[in-house]
Amino acid sequence: MSKLNRLLGNIGLTAALLSAGIAYAGNITGAGATFPYPIYAKWAEAYKAQTGVGMNYQSIGSGGGIKQIQAKTVDFGATDAPMSPNELALSGLTQFPAVIGGVVPVINLAGVAPGQLKLDGKVLADIFLGKITKWNDPRIAADNAGLSLPDQSITVVHRADGSGTTFIFTTYLSQVSPDWKRSVGGDKAVSWPVGTGGKGNEGVASYVQRIKNSIGYVEYAYALQNKMNYTQLKNRDGQFVSPNDASFKAAAANAKWDADNGFYEILTNEPGKDSWPITGATFILIYKSQEKAANAVEVLKFFNWAFSYGDQLASDLAYVPLPANLKTMIGGAWKVQVKDTSGKALWK
Amino acid sequence: MPTFLREARLKRQTVLDLLFRNMTRFAAFTVLALLAAIIGSLVVGSMPAIHAFGFGFLTSSEWNPVTDEYGALIPIVGTLITSGIALLIAIPVSFGIAIFLTELSPSWLRRPLGIAVELLAGIPSIIYGMWGLFIFAPLFADHVEPWLNDHIGTWPLLGPFFSGPPMGIGMLTAGIILAIMVIPFIASVMRDVFDVVPTMLKESAYGLGSTTWEVMWKVVLPYTKIGVVGGIMLGLGRALGETMAVTFVIGNAHEFNKSLLMPGNSISSALANEFAEAVGELYTSSLIELGLILFFITFVVLSLARLMLYKLAQREGHGA
Repeated sequence: MSKLNRLLGNIGLTAALLSAGIAYAGNITGAGATFPYPIYAKWAEAYKAQTGVGMNYQSIGSGGGIKQIQAKTVDFGATDAPMSPNELALSGLTQFPAVIGGVVPVINLAGVAPGQLKLDGKVLADIFLGKITKWNDPRIAADNAGLSLPDQSITVVHRADGSGTTFIFTTYLSQVSPDWKRSVGGDKAVSWPVGTGGKGNEGVASYVQRIKNSIGYVEYAYALQNKMNYTQLKNRDGQFVSPNDASFKAAAANAKWDADNGFYEILTNEPGKDSWPITGATFILIYKSQEKAANAVEVLKFFNWAFSYGDQLASDLAYVPLPANLKTMIGGAWKVQVKDTSGKALWK
Repeated sequence: MPTFLREARLKRQTVLDLLFRNMTRFAAFTVLALLAAIIGSLVVGSMPAIHAFGFGFLTSSEWNPVTDEYGALIPIVGTLITSGIALLIAIPVSFGIAIFLTELSPSWLRRPLGIAVELLAGIPSIIYGMWGLFIFAPLFADHVEPWLNDHIGTWPLLGPFFSGPPMGIGMLTAGIILAIMVIPFIASVMRDVFDVVPTMLKESAYGLGSTTWEVMWKVVLPYTKIGVVGGIMLGLGRALGETMAVTFVIGNAHEFNKSLLMPGNSISSALANEFAEAVGELYTSSLIELGLILFFITFVVLSLARLMLYKLAQREGHGA
């Protein structure tokens, strides 16, 4: 019996030492959106190698991220759909963008090479509304002279789970199609008029690759990784653009960011002749009044480091880094907005 | 042995008995308490949805997170249809497996086959889901569904159930994957109960000139029906609650399709898909109410099974 006690005692002691060790290293914790998880993980690895401070990020989804930060179980939350200024004020949070990405329509259509098919936003909306049902519909053919489009039914693939990707995509469709806005709307999960649902970006990607004559939408990185057939889209200026770093950057540069609004900005349907119309930023949520001031400073340090040295890592993973002027604005916002409980600014 | 020693020993044993009885009672009541706690938290969690939608929740096919309107009809129907398809396929196949293993198989094959069936039961459901999506669905879409479309799809009554674009993903695929998953459960229970039929009974029937089929149908099955029904219910219980495998292949669409080849939704896959990202009280609460409904369906199925067994047992008493 005493042997067992000693053993248990040892285990307890080891556990205490271990947890103390972790506390000293001052790990910061975050949870939320799945879309930026690869880059946050990459940044965390590089940051730990340089500073010894680790960042533990759980990619549980944007909704989960918001719930976790509201429950104060993590130091920061992450969401693909920005919280509105009202919601931010209600929960005492502030928010800033971390990295930019794009949503891309992907198709499975024999005889059409990647990037060849051109779609107008209204046509895209009508396909997802089930109004355009055949690939050789005159409205698709009108923008695609020269392409031989088959007389086949279109199978629509959408997300089955709630997601920031869907939020960005349906917000765009609401902006370009009054019909879509009235009958479906823009949100993280919507009532889809037609189609099949895949779980996660990878679910949609695999359904589109599997089902002939289908169309779906995924984050740009997934389209790249799976070498999927993407489409061009007509942007607000009437130009057809392909999804790539340059067209996402163009959309981000043309946005009107406002720190007082919590950088609430959805980068869809931005003006500019090079802008990709379905672009979106992913956001970080932190409390304005910080009970754990030390942790908050670590979070800000981490993102400051990422903004200063993380651009190359982001580009490598097909994300678009924030424009320089936006980074300066974010730094300025931290100075004013993030304080400890006594009201002293935490970021200098 | 002196009396006082015997008494001391008796006393000690009484204490130990009491201790043991209380421990087992505690374990049993813990299960009951857990069950009550789960039902309780499901009911409390679904209160907002129950207040907002009432009984309409069960009959509405609306599921719109944008306007915050929810109804459970499509997932309920999807759950029942996929489980129904699964049983339709799994019962005869399992029966065949069990007959072969107990009556027809050469004895050297019995053991490896039996172990193989049990191993199938141990495969995690996500493996079935991935296999279903990446291997089975494409094969099904390329070879089986076009055939179904061309042949059965044109029939007058059954036709509409088997027409539609061959996607490989949908209610029928989900039902078939479920069937594969529950077959090992039903088959191993059937084999075990067939094994306990006294050899004398079977030998007598054979001696009277019965064929193997007659022995199975008229002697073995009546003798084991309670166990067989139990095995089927075990399979049905698994099919109703199965989540991951179904989520992969059912297509996850909140819409009504007459065709079994088209995507649908089940209660558990709706929960798996949407719970993490459900924002807002009514959305979360509607999902919890879906969970409560699944709990209720499973409860009803189990009760019906009990009732059936009870009726069977009663008839036995009056008959023979």
